[in-house]
Amino acid sequence: MGHFAYIVTIFLMVAGLFIVIARGNLIKKLIGLGIFQTSVYLLYVAPGKLLGGTAPILAAGYTVYSNPLPHVLILTAIVVGVATLALGLALVVRIREAYGSIEEDEILGKEGGA
Amino acid sequence: MNIAAHLPVLLVAIPLISAPLAVLLRHGGLAFAVVTAAAWAAFASAIGLWMQVAESGPIAYAIGNWPPPWGIEYRVDRLSSLVLLLVSGMAAVVLPWCRATLARELETDRHYLYYAMFGLCLTGLLGITITGDAFNIFVFLEISSLSTYVLIALGRDRRALVAAYQYLIMGSIGATFIVIGIGLLYLMTGTLNLADMAQRLAAVDSSRPVLAALAFLTVGISLKLALFPLHQWLPNAYTYAPSAVTAFLAATATKVSVYVLIRFYYTVFGGHLVFDRLPLPEVMLGLSLIAMFGASFIAIFQNNLKRLFAYSSIGQIGYITLGLSFDSIHGLTASIVHLVNHGVTKGAVFLLIGGMLAVSPAGRPSGRKRPEEAAPTFDKLAGLARRMPVTCFGIVLGGLSLIGVPGTAGFVSKWYLILAAMEKGQWWLVAAILLSSLLAVAYVWRFVEVAYFRAPPPGESGRSEASPMVLAPALLLVAATIWFGIDTSLTVGTALDAATQLTGGSR
Repeated sequence: MGHFAYIVTIFLMVAGLFIVIARGNLIKKLIGLGIFQTSVYLLYVAPGKLLGGTAPILAAGYTVYSNPLPHVLILTAIVVGVATLALGLALVVRIREAYGSIEEDEILGKEGGA
Repeated sequence: MNIAAHLPVLLVAIPLISAPLAVLLRHGGLAFAVVTAAAWAAFASAIGLWMQVAESGPIAYAIGNWPPPWGIEYRVDRLSSLVLLLVSGMAAVVLPWCRATLARELETDRHYLYYAMFGLCLTGLLGITITGDAFNIFVFLEISSLSTYVLIALGRDRRALVAAYQYLIMGSIGATFIVIGIGLLYLMTGTLNLADMAQRLAAVDSSRPVLAALAFLTVGISLKLALFPLHQWLPNAYTYAPSAVTAFLAATATKVSVYVLIRFYYTVFGGHLVFDRLPLPEVMLGLSLIAMFGASFIAIFQNNLKRLFAYSSIGQIGYITLGLSFDSIHGLTASIVHLVNHGVTKGAVFLLIGGMLAVSPAGRPSGRKRPEEAAPTFDKLAGLARRMPVTCFGIVLGGLSLIGVPGTAGFVSKWYLILAAMEKGQWWLVAAILLSSLLAVAYVWRFVEVAYFRAPPPGESGRSEASPMVLAPALLLVAATIWFGIDTSLTVGTALDAATQLTGGSR
């Protein structure tokens, strides 16, 4: 089990980044960006979890607690991620209105390679 | 309640509150008044903080009275007080300028949203600079970035949308790299407070996660500050954004990123880890040189004046990172001074170009994006000096500062760069700095040649200078460019102090 969480994290990270770079469809790029950002949530949250630990609430009979701070940080990061995705999608809508396409090469083609 | 003691938090809180207020007011004029008042209040606070720090040393402010390292700490030292001055000062100057020109760039019923976004962007940039908490840097970075994407997308040309989208993708990747770096540091030290982190890092100094964190942070921040070759988002974003946004971003956004880089390198990692154990100085030196020569060279061949100065920005950022790569007090001083000087100069140049566009006959904005908009291309600039003598002279003065002519701000920063290069005994670098300045001469001369020596198109011979409301803020910045070239006590004085503080006086 040891490094399982890290392997998953790295896989998601690389996969997300690859989609952003390799795909020309603006929506798919945003999906890739979402996966990339999500992998970071795992990077933070996984080390904060102790096996057998409970939620950090003082109660009789429990002595092992998970670290709450990474969860709180990632709550913020999730909000940021949602905002980024929403703004990105809004931009894609406007781009589609202006260009009639959401394929990167078609859009660049219409600008004469600019 | 003693207001002076709460200046650090007020500086961020006032612009932050002004943004939702602007949205609630739903009126362009009122929103403008609120956000501008907030920017001026922030500027006043920044001046107050600068004086406090100059007098009695760094200020630490515990948010909500939670003592660090548990609570979030705001820290103001010499470096951050200078950057705060730059950011809030630019906002205070650019905002009144917006009022005079925005009607031509955006429908009136959406002006209040523009001002709200401007307020948020200002909040984010000030927050990044003042906070002493690593995760807080990321949050403020995203606040400023998200509002920047919106502001760029407001440009009238439809290519502004694509530019904003590309910047969103690149910027988010950069920000995510920064969070990964901060996350790794947090895993290794168990703290997010920068000062605390620096102390605990000493124990795990060269472990692999720390080096990985350094790499992630370097790449992420370099994306944000448009270090070559991570600069591709910049030319389009600057070219198609509304003029005021271009001026504000060029003067502040990349500069704040440089500040974050300096902060992480010197305060958190400490110079020795960054510069002695990794080949970072060599890499940064190489990339800076390519930026200085490559970007300036590309700038010469641009047909759009805004794009020309956008590429010039990438080149000038090369000088800033070059100063960093020296890893000496004078090198760092040069970086910090150029950060301010270039910010002021570029702000002035882009405001003047914007004023030029505001006069050109383009008609009222309509709801739909147009394929082509009045862009400041060279064929339209012919003989401009006869129609707009003040604007053109201002741009030339700004250009002289970009070249580094004595008597302008640009000279001072190049002087310190050359000083740092000579200290290291690298005479070929002195030659490189001078040679790259010649490229700046070339692109500034292109403007001079077209504007002053070409005949204006027939029928456009009358004078049509921009209105005083538009000219005044721009000329104020031009005057500042000259002022910082003559009296360097504010810029160099603070920067030298800051560099000595950051390096611990040991380098």
